[in-house]
Amino acid sequence: MTTTIGAPPGTAAETAARIREHIVNLCASAEGGHLGGSMSLAEILATLYTRVLRVDPLRPADPSRDVLLLSKGHGGLALYAALTEAGFFPATRLDEYAQPGSEFMAHPHAEIPGVEMPSGSLGHGLALAVGFALGFRLDGTDRRCFVVMGDGELQEGSVWEAASVAAAQRLDGIVAVVDRNRLQITGATETIDALEPLADRWSAFGWSVREVDGHSIEELETALSEPPVPGKPTVVIAHTVKGKGIPFVEDQPRSHYAKLGERQHAKALAALRKGAGS
Amino acid sequence: MTASSREVYREAVLELLPQDERLVCLDSDTGLFDKTAFPERYVNLGIAEHTLMGAAAGLAKSGRMPLVNTMAAFASSRANEAVKIDIALNNLPVRIAATHSGVSAGHLGPTHHALEDLAVMRTLPNMTVVVPADGPQTGTLFRQSLRVDGPVYLRLGRNATPELPDAPPVELGRAQVLRDGTDVTLAACGPYPVIAALDAADALEEEGISASVLNVHTVKPLDVATIAAHAQRSGVVVTVEEHWRNAGFGSAVAESLAEITPSLVLRVAMPDAFVPVSGGQRYLAERGGVTSAAVAAKVRTALRRDLR
Repeated sequence: MTTTIGAPPGTAAETAARIREHIVNLCASAEGGHLGGSMSLAEILATLYTRVLRVDPLRPADPSRDVLLLSKGHGGLALYAALTEAGFFPATRLDEYAQPGSEFMAHPHAEIPGVEMPSGSLGHGLALAVGFALGFRLDGTDRRCFVVMGDGELQEGSVWEAASVAAAQRLDGIVAVVDRNRLQITGATETIDALEPLADRWSAFGWSVREVDGHSIEELETALSEPPVPGKPTVVIAHTVKGKGIPFVEDQPRSHYAKLGERQHAKALAALRKGAGS
Repeated sequence: MTASSREVYREAVLELLPQDERLVCLDSDTGLFDKTAFPERYVNLGIAEHTLMGAAAGLAKSGRMPLVNTMAAFASSRANEAVKIDIALNNLPVRIAATHSGVSAGHLGPTHHALEDLAVMRTLPNMTVVVPADGPQTGTLFRQSLRVDGPVYLRLGRNATPELPDAPPVELGRAQVLRDGTDVTLAACGPYPVIAALDAADALEEEGISASVLNVHTVKPLDVATIAAHAQRSGVVVTVEEHWRNAGFGSAVAESLAEITPSLVLRVAMPDAFVPVSGGQRYLAERGGVTSAAVAAKVRTALRRDLR
């Protein structure tokens, strides 16, 4: 599958399917990759890039664009896949992933067209969003800043520091998305440092909370597109499945990072195609 | 005459904010600014230094030039990862105005002293590190720093320090030659270190030792050319700083000179220890051994060693 720059996007569902295929292919490369937490992002990023974000792949630095920050930098493969599907760079560039000298690292690097800010160390995206949203307000524009975070990432204190500041500054230009796949490297979030009651936490911090099925494009589109409650930042808690789309990987912590062998690769692709056909 | 570098900085900010739409003053509840003075582009984010640095990066990426206000200890240690990843990695035009540097927090104690900040900041790629030596040059260097493309760390104090004698105007990136001598080079960084170097040069002159005194207000990029030119003439360099002796200004000078010219570099700096007592900035610096007597003693030792 190749997409040329400027090609019109397919439907969000088709885009999500192709994002998954790219991720699986990249995880079968020499270094492997962050499989589980990339797969759970497919519909979130597909919906954002095909239906929500005002971005122009031919003008990645367009001063009127919406900004997407992937705060869970270990979802980099999903972001690369989404960016190539959106037309920011040709899919052939994905072959550079993890090659010596390549800018395509496991965590996103800002030199890649469409990547706004590098990420990888968790707990940075929301503070960055505070700055973007302050800037947008000063400019008097309706630009928005979307921040995609992991649920494990919410164990970082800096997330809540920034969440508090965003609410105090009444930054309704921020839309945070939590990829609530309920797993982190060594197990379930709830057994390591529980996040629940997560919606109540965000509400208590002064945020407007929306909860959706993170694999439903319709629910995601509605939650991500609806105007904010004036003066309140918005968080969309997207309930997802880590490793979504590959039955032998789904909901397993060890899917966090994987190097797929030849047989697993073929099996994973077959599962994706079967899933897409059902 | 005395002036506080942070007061001078504040006055400059209040003058420049209305004139330059890029500038946004981002505060972390330091109390340095009256929020009513220029509410349009003053934002107090509260006591949240990581968010302060991250927000500064986002704001800069959206086209502004944030002036970030916090204390040096919090800028360089607490918020360092955000400074590194969000600001320096993206080479964004953020100005970090860090007050209470060195031991200028005095009796506030070791939690508020910043004796590591030069080490931390000068190792960050893209970062420019500026240390004004008195009030007037704070204003000049701060204004000049607005022309730097990437991030700038501006190391400021808390209370007033003496104004230095008349000298050629400061120019960011260039060491300021306060005295030109032949036998030894005294390279100093910061208010009391420069005063210690000047006083030591006076004392040494009476002994027939001729000292150059350099006010090295820009630690990064270091004006290696000027320092090396003096070092080559004298062969002996004594550095003076209000910073831990490891990895700070003296280390920067030694690293640079070691690669280009055989010269002896001796460091006068704060010892490798936390400061366990109360006292004013000058008292604590002198207690730590940053004195004109220590500078002169290093020179005498070095020259004797030189003769052997």
